[in-house]
Amino acid sequence: MTFGVLQFPGSCDERDALAACERTGEARMVWHEETDLSGIDAVVVPGGFSYGDYLRAGAIARFSPAMGAVAEFAAGGGPVLGICNGFQVLCEAGLLPGALLPNEDVRFLCRQVDLVVENAESPFTRGCEAGQTLSVPVKHMSGRYFAPPELLNDLVANGRVALRYAPGQNPNGSVRDIAGVLNEAGNVMGLMPHPEHAVDPLTGSDDGLALFASLAAVPAAA
Amino acid sequence: MKATVLIRPKEGILDPQGKAVERALPALGFSGIHRVRVGRMVELEVENMEDLPSLCEKLLANPLIEDYEIVE
Repeated sequence: MTFGVLQFPGSCDERDALAACERTGEARMVWHEETDLSGIDAVVVPGGFSYGDYLRAGAIARFSPAMGAVAEFAAGGGPVLGICNGFQVLCEAGLLPGALLPNEDVRFLCRQVDLVVENAESPFTRGCEAGQTLSVPVKHMSGRYFAPPELLNDLVANGRVALRYAPGQNPNGSVRDIAGVLNEAGNVMGLMPHPEHAVDPLTGSDDGLALFASLAAVPAAA
Repeated sequence: MKATVLIRPKEGILDPQGKAVERALPALGFSGIHRVRVGRMVELEVENMEDLPSLCEKLLANPLIEDYEIVE
């Protein structure tokens, strides 16, 4: 399993993402101008402030050459995980449904939250059990997940809500406590919290490793 | 040709920036001001005005959450 971790000008979590991937497989960085994803089995679009996040978070990054290649990769069934800004980029690119709005209380958030695994059958969560709780940090300014009502019903009815904030812990006003969603085919997932920052007990939790381990199809403890 | 694009949060979507501005007004002595919404304005020069709607939908606004209005 070889992970490719995208790097845009303004990315800031790509090193942690790379390190998290390397705990469960091989990994290499993919510069935003690269379009050749050959040899890569899974793509991670990391957090940060791609291209400065001017205009709207993720709005400009979606037009990068690498994102064109990622769209093709996803269309071919390749797994793509978007974290924080990566989630925003994937939504802007239309690879995931919905949008991320500024946090309800207009503040930058940085705290540990509990996530509940809603769908434990996706390539990203299959190492977890449904209902399992993961302790993972959030740090963002625009993390309020939004989807119009009919889309929301579709997401809920079809198991496309992969992760929710635990009851009472929704940090940003996301609709129905949604923390992570899947695309229709189930091979693209985005989440606002940062599993790549929770892969070592040194930082308080290694629960985030489960997502990378699921992707690499190896036990989380490996 | 110069053009101006106004981008607003869609009706019904919570606009916390507008709410924060609204909440600050009484402390400044302003009263009777309600329903504050904060959006964006983009000024640009375009050679072909017909390009503008597509540009708005693809980049300047996210149609899922924002409405745009082109003011020539």
